[in-house]
Formats: sequence, C-alpha cells, structure tokens
Amino acid sequence: MPRTLVDKIWDAHVVRSIASGQDVVYIDRHLIHEVTSPQAFDEIAARGLELFRPNQIIATADHNVPTLNQHLPIAEPLSRSQVDKLTENCQKYGIELYGLGHQRQGIVHVIGPELGLTQPGLTMVCGDSHTSTHGAFGAIAFGIGTSQVAQVMASQCLLLTRPKRMRVAVEGDLRPGVTAKDLILYIIAQLGTGGATGYFVEYAGSAVRSLSMEGRMTVCNMSIEMGARGGLIAPDATTFAYVEGRPFAPKGQAWNNAVAYWETLYSDEDAVFDAEFVYDAADITPMITYGTNPGMGIPLTGNVPSQVPDAEAESFDKSLKYMGFERGESLLGKQIDYVFIGSCTNSRIEDLRTVAAYVQGKHKAGHVEAIIVPGSKQVEQQAIAEGIDKILAEAGFELREPGCSACLAMNEDKIPAGKYCVATSNRNFEGRQGPGSRTLLASPLVAAITAVQGRIVDITQYLN
Amino acid sequence: MEKFQTLHTTGRPLPLENVDTDQIIPARFLKATTREGFGENLFRDWRYNADGSPKADFVLNNPRYSGQILVAGKNFGCGSSREHAAWALYDAGFRTVISSYFADIFRGNALNTGLLPLQVSDEVLARLLAAIEADPTLELVVDLPAQTLAVPAWGETFSFAIDPYKKECLINGYDDIDFLVNQKSAIEAYEQQRAWTW
Ligand code: SF4
Repeated sequence: MPRTLVDKIWDAHVVRSIASGQDVVYIDRHLIHEVTSPQAFDEIAARGLELFRPNQIIATADHNVPTLNQHLPIAEPLSRSQVDKLTENCQKYGIELYGLGHQRQGIVHVIGPELGLTQPGLTMVCGDSHTSTHGAFGAIAFGIGTSQVAQVMASQCLLLTRPKRMRVAVEGDLRPGVTAKDLILYIIAQLGTGGATGYFVEYAGSAVRSLSMEGRMTVCNMSIEMGARGGLIAPDATTFAYVEGRPFAPKGQAWNNAVAYWETLYSDEDAVFDAEFVYDAADITPMITYGTNPGMGIPLTGNVPSQVPDAEAESFDKSLKYMGFERGESLLGKQIDYVFIGSCTNSRIEDLRTVAAYVQGKHKAGHVEAIIVPGSKQVEQQAIAEGIDKILAEAGFELREPGCSACLAMNEDKIPAGKYCVATSNRNFEGRQGPGSRTLLASPLVAAITAVQGRIVDITQYLN
Repeated sequence: MEKFQTLHTTGRPLPLENVDTDQIIPARFLKATTREGFGENLFRDWRYNADGSPKADFVLNNPRYSGQILVAGKNFGCGSSREHAAWALYDAGFRTVISSYFADIFRGNALNTGLLPLQVSDEVLARLLAAIEADPTLELVVDLPAQTLAVPAWGETFSFAIDPYKKECLINGYDDIDFLVNQKSAIEAYEQQRAWTW
C-alpha cells in the first residue's frame, strides 16, 4: 500500500499498538532545555525511576540565558537557578550538556541540525513547540509538554495517536526578495493559525525543493503556528550534503547504509493525504504580520483586512487595538523602533549572511535599535570568521551572544511597551517580546531593509 | 494526578479566539523549577496592570463570575507547548475548559494535568458564552464517565468526545508514565530489532 513519508517513519517507530488505538512510539532523540525540564526531572525522582536512555538526551541552555557577557555568572537569580538546576540534573543523570560557554551551546533547534543530531527518518522530541524545525531533514519532530518529557525520560517512548497528514505544495520559482520566511508566512496566512491542527504537514513542490536546509528549517519551524503537530520535507541530496561530516552524522560504511535508507524516505506517488493544498510561488511576495497571531500576515504592500466574520470581530479588533493599527490601512511608512534578527526561525549563518550582504556599506536608521542574536556559538564564530561581525557593527547593528533572547523575552532582551519591533522570530503574540511589545514578523531581508529605512517599505524597491 | 469524575459548577466567559499559552502564562513567569504557584500569574497581562493592580474589566477580576469552568473562544491554547499553561489554570482552580477547538499540545498537556478540555460546537459555545454573561449563576454539570455536559436551566445535555484511554486515565488519576514504564520489555525488544542501527 502506498504510504506517506510520515507513515513510513511512524511505522518504523511503533513499538506496539494498544486497543484504544494509540501507538507506543519510540523516540530516537530527546532534546531538553532549562525551562521545561526541571519538573520532569522531579517527576522521575519522585517516582523513584531511572532515566531509560540518558545517552539519547542532549541538553542546552538557551531560553533564559543573557546574550551579553555570557562568561559572567547569570545576574538574574531566577534564570540562574533554572540554568544551575539543568546543570545539576545533567550531572546527576549523565546527560550531555552544552551549557553556557560551551562551544556547542545555542538554541536547541539550531544546535541539533548543526551537530548532525538531526537526521532523516528519526523521531525527535523536545519540550518546545518549535521542535518541528527538525522536520526539515525528513524526521518526525514535535514539541511536547513537561509530563511527556518525563515519559520519554522514563521510557524513551510516548503514547500517541497517529496524526492526520496534510501536504502543502508550493510550485514554481520564488520572486526576487521572497524567502523561505515569506513562503511560510504566506501559507499560514492562507490556512489560519489553527488551520493545520491535528496534522503533520509535508511541504513539497519545486519551490520547497529548491530551498537550502536553512530555508527548509525556517519553513518547518513555523508549522506549529498553524496548529500542526509538525512539518517535514522529504530528504534529498541537499539534506545529505548538509548532514555529511557533522559531529554526530554516521561515518564510513554507516554513512552509506544511512543514505541508502534515507533515499527510501518520500511519500509514495499514490499516497493519500487527509488534506492537500497547492500554491503558486509566483503569488508570494515579501510578507509581514499586522496582528497578534502568526496567521495575521499580509504582503508588505497589502492592507490590513477591513472585513472579518462576526464571530472573529471581537478578537480581531482587540488585536488591532493592541497593535495600534486600523482596519483596512496599509503598513507602508509606519515607523519602527526595533529590529530583532534571531530565534530558531532565522538565526542561522545564512540569515546572518543575508543581513550582512544587504547592510554592508549602509547604516541603520538613527531611531532604530537593531539587535542580531546568532542561534548558536558555532553560528557566532562562523560570522566572526567571515567578517560579518564587522559589517554589522559598521552598520550600527549589535551582534549578541547566542540564545532565544527577545523571541520570548525571558531574559533581559525585551521590547518596551508600545514599541514596534520587526522580528525574524515566529510569534507576534501580545507581550511575547515583553509586556506591551508590538511585534511584526518578517524575513531577515525585510528586517535588514526596515532597519536601514527606519520604517516599513516595499522592499522590492530597495533590493541591492 | 487528581481523579476527575463529575463537576457541578458555574462558568467564567472569555469570548476571545486563539487564546495562546503566552497569554495564559507569560514566559517571564516560567522560571520556577517546581509545578506550584503558577495560578497567581494566570493571564497575568490581561488580569493585572503593570503596577500589579487588577484590571477591573477582566473576567477573573469580575465579582459577577465564579466557578471552575473557563468557557473560551475557538482554538484555545495555541502557541507555545508550555505545560505551565495547564498548571496555571489548574492551580487557579479550573478543572475544565470549554471551547469549540483546542490546540493539540494544550489538549494533551491539560489531560496530563487533570484538567478536562471539553470541546463543544461553535453554536453551543456561542450560546454558553451569551447565557453566562446574562446569568453568571448558570449551572453547568460535567459528567466525564457519561461524556456529557448538561445545562439544567436549558433542559439540555450535550455529549462530548474524548479519547477512551485518556478518559480512563482522567477518571482514575493515572498518567502515561505508569503505562509506559510497564512496557519496558517490549521497548527493549524493539531496540534490538531496529533495522537502521548504523
Ligand atoms: S528561539 Fe523562540 S521559538 Fe525558538 S526555541 Fe527559543 S523561545 Fe522558542
């Protein structure tokens, strides 16, 4: 019987099925961080359990860490205690930890791929909804709650209902200035913030195939923003080339065996999806969000909708009031206070290169604060090796040290109340970047151009 | 986990769609390393002003409303996977959330916390929200074994769906960890026979 990619990987990980329909699904890799793990470790200890496969867990400190002076002890006491707790737990249970100051430290979804931990055909989980990022390699990867973190620690398995499958194909060539971020913001705007709830989404089509691994990660990262459990892309030569040679990638004969298996990981031609959508790449233009959920996206040159269904009116108007926008208006010309380039969506070396290539020889607008936070120590070092740090500094951008930073404002990096921030992250929820902050999601290219212009512009007029 | 059987209570209306877990519990309150005390910061930025004074118009501050059921708009609990959102609702005294649609991860987290996500149709949700706003004493009866939500004042009972395994867990206060730990021999056997060990 023809099977979808999700089914192939799922089937290969079913330990057994139970009468009420769930599967005991084996988890190959478990990523943990300081925020969603402490209560899981407590749960394990309280029940007198051991960790079943500690060598399949990798830990990093990212959500809470400062992005300045990482060589000093963390100043904020609660953040420090959470990071200390992670260190303590990792020592106690023998878990590999890439903590602050470690050469491999970084945002959990950036380091997994760059270390080669993320590979086609694997099942991966993390107590973080953007675990969907790893699906870019053709893996089943999804976010879990803390109770499930404890379950995986105790058994390396989860009890799960098989998800529905959706395929979203984007065909054709992306226009100049249109990036992976625009592609996914476009898809989310089409399907809505809950449009893929209950599904695993396979992204396909020539526009998706032509994306780099960084671009594919950006796309899969935001699957959760339309409610999907995860997103994935069938692995291909681009994927194999990215994985090869990374520290945890298979080597020698094992590599050949792995690739032979990975080459079988695609949806069979006649595989049936529960839902299918096809979009034309030519219809996608640079995007931006105007509201307080990631589904509220429009082309940069478009207008805020003037009509919404009655049932949505109260939420819609609350959202516009929060953002300080009106129904039907254009965002062009709006002055911006902050630009944040970072997060597990867009903080990889390719993103930093895009920004540097644009801002080289230019300077940010005087009233804009522009912060760039690399996704990992390795990205930071690569940027320095390529001289990107100098280009950014000359353009008035501040290059910080790695972490989640102003994506969720758990550390000191916050956008003040009422201020507008064009951000390359994934969530524009109320207060996400600090109480009262107003977030407009966009691509790194849009963010870079906005920083230089100081206001929202039609970027296609400003491309180098 | 506490057992859940039936609930006789009133509801508190939150007629907003796409309530995300960042609103339920903002990230800056996720620094605790234990599960307790999150209720205090439930809906923090909707519930309190920056100076800590309560916002009079928010439902949790409105003395008209009480009860252990939150009745909220479509796609409740979207966004971040933080289980702290379910803990905060539970800690603040809620035992059920009624909505016409729940985000996946929130639904799972709620069930693992002993908080029942009870899904009704858009139409029933709209009627409930309007009726509670008109009469905050409207009695609601949740019967988990029977999978029903009754509104005695209307003389109506609505059935709701729940995964049979999760239903048993909730009724008995069990969670998946007990089940999974008992699967060890099957899991070890699986590890032995995996095809792609390289
Ligand atoms: S960068 Fe943002 S979205 Fe990504 S893991 Fe960190 S907090 Fe979550």
